[in-house]
Amino acid sequence: MKLSADILKDFPSLHAMDMRAYLDSAASSLTPKPALEAMDDYYSNFRANVHRGMYATSAKATERYEAVREVAAKFLNASADEIVFTSGTTDALNLLASSLGRMFGPGDEVVLTEMEHHADLVPWQEAAKRHGFALKFIPMRPDFTLDMDAARALITPKTKAVSVVHASNALGTVNPVKGLAVLAHAVGAVIILDAAQSAAHMKLDVRELDCDFLAFSAHKTYGPTGVGALYGKKALLEKLEPSRYGGDMIREVKLGSSTWNEPPWKFEAGTPNIAGVIGFGAALGYLMDIGMENVEAHDRELTAYALKKLSAVPGVRLIGPIAANFHDRENSRAKRIGVISFVVEGAHPHDLATLLDREGVAVRGGHHCAMPLMSKLGIAGTTRASFGIYNEEKDVDALVDALLKAKAVLKI
Amino acid sequence: MEENLYMENILDHYKHPHNAGRLEDATLSAKELNPSCGDVIELFLVLDDCDRVKDVKFDGKGCAVSTASVSMLTDRIKGRPLADVMSLGERDILELLGIDVGPMRMKCAMLPLRTLKSALANKK
Repeated sequence: MKLSADILKDFPSLHAMDMRAYLDSAASSLTPKPALEAMDDYYSNFRANVHRGMYATSAKATERYEAVREVAAKFLNASADEIVFTSGTTDALNLLASSLGRMFGPGDEVVLTEMEHHADLVPWQEAAKRHGFALKFIPMRPDFTLDMDAARALITPKTKAVSVVHASNALGTVNPVKGLAVLAHAVGAVIILDAAQSAAHMKLDVRELDCDFLAFSAHKTYGPTGVGALYGKKALLEKLEPSRYGGDMIREVKLGSSTWNEPPWKFEAGTPNIAGVIGFGAALGYLMDIGMENVEAHDRELTAYALKKLSAVPGVRLIGPIAANFHDRENSRAKRIGVISFVVEGAHPHDLATLLDREGVAVRGGHHCAMPLMSKLGIAGTTRASFGIYNEEKDVDALVDALLKAKAVLKI
Repeated sequence: MEENLYMENILDHYKHPHNAGRLEDATLSAKELNPSCGDVIELFLVLDDCDRVKDVKFDGKGCAVSTASVSMLTDRIKGRPLADVMSLGERDILELLGIDVGPMRMKCAMLPLRTLKSALANKK
């Protein structure tokens, strides 16, 4: 599936950066003109605070801000009152660990996986310390997929929440989250999906996934930095306590105590990132215009091409599922996304990233905020190439070419 | 800019680092981590009665820049009086490396010095 060549024209930074291949969209994707223009429009034409002013400009800002809730809801197949704006996935996961965590105590368990990003691990560690519940981890099998037999044993009536990364930012693995949702719900636990990576690569449908919460970031879905969305089932958002307090999130404030606004607003204390949310909406609209089925098909084909090309480079060892598109009984979707980690024997990931940069190829080198996973694999880190909708086969060719040159410099 | 980052000298130290190993009878030791890549360096120093560095070794695996840096730094401090070792700073490391490290790799180059400073801070 080749996406339209016009897409390349929509990304000014792709040209301004003047590199051969930008292969770091898993860290942050670039932003298309419609999103840039939407933010510029806000700052230039209706720059006022939301939910406050009794004048027309503020009403317009509020209307445009709130309209993005509808867009994000459409993107996820949710309803608008189930969308909370956050500063990103990390913020959303902190909110959940803090506000769900206070409902759990000694004897309770929260189940995570060995693949969690630090953003889904550290907040739970802190909440567990504070409230006295225990954390359990679903292990990874040697083929870089989750051990679902272990998951069945770990998810028990003690389990109160299962919080998992939908697609690993370090491996590219797509986890069988529908199966995990069934296991979680069977014991009365909630399931939380960290969709920071999956949101830009595949169609998300919270009804089909049957997740209770799902978090993702604008800056990995072609929107601006510093904004994101948390989906939560309405009944759960109503029960959940806020974790940050201030203006806009209250109903009534007395000197001694206060009551909260309705969800989702009770989770949005203070003036929000108005321009960011508006840009986020435009980016999601841009993706939906392309069609997430098309985004997914493009990603799968490019991934298959890259896996084939990289496997042929001597000394390269892929750290992640080796096939772009295979199915199993627990996961009807492709098992991986275009986030490709690898190590080159004899070369440190940071040296490789520096040498690839010299050839105009931008990749990420390091532990990808998944230190426990790297320890388990017995490596300090990996080099990671990740794709966006603007990447093409020639970018993979540039990567392979640069890898061969780097190996020559390092004499390996 | 970083054209000489991977010059012969650096790669030699990377592939055959000096003073690799551990010292069980270390007077001072410390372990530090580079949070951006997860590399860990552990330093072991044995001081003699006159507070000179009688022996020094390092353990850990790092990139070319941090490995060359620790290899050269351990060479530099071996046999030196503690006062001299304590006065070492970032500029000395850059002089030892003799390359333009660049802002992105400064943490790699300075990890061994940071580990040395931690070890020295453990001295009463």
